[in-house]
Amino acid sequence: MTMTSRGRRRARSSLTGWLFVAPATIIVLGLSIFPAGWALLLSFQKWDGFSEAKFVGPDNYARLTTDGDFFEAVLHTGLYTALFVPMSVLAGLFLAVALNRRIRFIGFYRTAIFVPFVASAAATGILSTYLFNPQFGLVNNVLRVIGLPQQQWLEDPGQAMLVIAIMSLWGEAAFTTVIYLAALQDVPGELLEAARLDGANRWQSFWNVVWPQLGPVTVFTTIWQTIGSIQLFDLVYTSTRGGPLDATKTIVYFMYEEAFKALRFGYGSAVAYVLFAVTLLITLGVVLYARRRGMQAF
Amino acid sequence: MATTTPSTARRRRRGLPFSGWHLFLLPVALLFLLPFAQMFLASVSPAKELVTFPPPFIPSRFTLDGFVGLFTDSDVLKWLLNSMIVAGTAIASHLVFCSLAGYGFARLHFRGRNVGIFAIIGTIMIPVQLLMIPTYILFARIGLLGGLGAAIVPWLSSAFGIFLMRQFFLSLPRELEESGMIDGANRLQVFLRIVLPLAKPAMATLAIFTLLGSWNDLVWPLIAINNPDAFTLQLGLANFQGTRRTQWELLMAGNVVATLPLIVFFLVAQKQFVATMTFSGLRG
Repeated sequence: MTMTSRGRRRARSSLTGWLFVAPATIIVLGLSIFPAGWALLLSFQKWDGFSEAKFVGPDNYARLTTDGDFFEAVLHTGLYTALFVPMSVLAGLFLAVALNRRIRFIGFYRTAIFVPFVASAAATGILSTYLFNPQFGLVNNVLRVIGLPQQQWLEDPGQAMLVIAIMSLWGEAAFTTVIYLAALQDVPGELLEAARLDGANRWQSFWNVVWPQLGPVTVFTTIWQTIGSIQLFDLVYTSTRGGPLDATKTIVYFMYEEAFKALRFGYGSAVAYVLFAVTLLITLGVVLYARRRGMQAF
Repeated sequence: MATTTPSTARRRRRGLPFSGWHLFLLPVALLFLLPFAQMFLASVSPAKELVTFPPPFIPSRFTLDGFVGLFTDSDVLKWLLNSMIVAGTAIASHLVFCSLAGYGFARLHFRGRNVGIFAIIGTIMIPVQLLMIPTYILFARIGLLGGLGAAIVPWLSSAFGIFLMRQFFLSLPRELEESGMIDGANRLQVFLRIVLPLAKPAMATLAIFTLLGSWNDLVWPLIAINNPDAFTLQLGLANFQGTRRTQWELLMAGNVVATLPLIVFFLVAQKQFVATMTFSGLRG
């Protein structure tokens, strides 16, 4: 076979290119696209990992629609999302506005609010079980001192999810705050100056000048925190192990138990695909909504 | 703002009038520090004082009993070593593979480049939970399950890392490399000698991202590691928590061991951590 020198050069540069990208590309695609395809196949099977896998068509998905435990898990996840997402977006906005100024000790304030970001789920879980301990916890002690009734917190099915949301917020407020801070610093100074010259007070200039600029960031953080919320697992595992009375059993916790405790790999994969579909729908929904409102977020 | 050095900025701040924002920020900052304060104080408290009500926030005397108990009753040293191996390998491998791939996708021309980078960015959308079951089965088949390898392999490279490095290399001016090419250096030499030294900020971001993710990962080790010799620090701690529910001084000492390295690192490299957080926010 003969090749023109130009073709040969192109082939060689193609080879160089592939040599650069191949290792990382093979690892990333090999550990994502291949398993994702396999999970889809598994979701149409009944398999415990040992015996012969059985093709069952859409049975796993059909069973999910009537599974009371799964329904409960969806409700618990929804509750957590409804608590955590607004809290974390609003906290990020407030804290960013407060931190976006040059005053004394601002470095200390920033560090204090950002540093919990490094705490792991295991550490946060252990801390929450102690801080919110009904017997010896600091939180109940504070309630006692100010004369309020003490609570059961993580041991009360009605309060456990709230405690988990609060402790998540402790670690993750840094994230939304940093995103909003970056966006605030991108607001052109001339705009604020113009608003000031037009006689706007601080509240007016925030509401009419700054807030519209923050639209895309708000869309983004809402999507991002929602996706993270519906995937909640680690902190539940390290604080309540799904209890009390299954009150904090989330979708991923349900999936974990189905797949890795009960060895129902097919059923677990179906749950994972439902989760994926919901993630995509939420993202798409929020982006379309933002587009219609005229926000060019993405 | 960018032109003032930190010390002059601080001096100027000292001259500022009192701001009402302190009334909001000071309590909030203390509230955010409170859980860590509780953690450190409880880890050096006598065991008895942690199970009395009302609990003394500041212990009557300081003791290292919690740490002594932790190191004698658990394999925390082994867990710590395992976590360091996992995080160290993850960071080294991320730095090598992701910068190579990021540069390739940003600068080199080859067939399949656009498909490749699209596929990689697309995988960011896939939730990890979707991948856990097949990856678990795959690792079981190839005999990777149970050992430290199971924790390491998923962290060898990541779509986010490739994307981050590609974005950085795209922002570099091409002329730098062209001058190197004229001097007769090949692509790899240009990459190693000219481009990579400029990529330090991006590599710091990547290293921090990988450190936080691999050090703090819980769910995957929980699934993939059933051999106590290969427990990571987070997994060991979560397991220890299950068996020592009420021995708070041990648990808090374990918490300190797991968290203190990252806290110190954060205080030293806060700017880079914040850059990492900001960038991981921009990837959407």
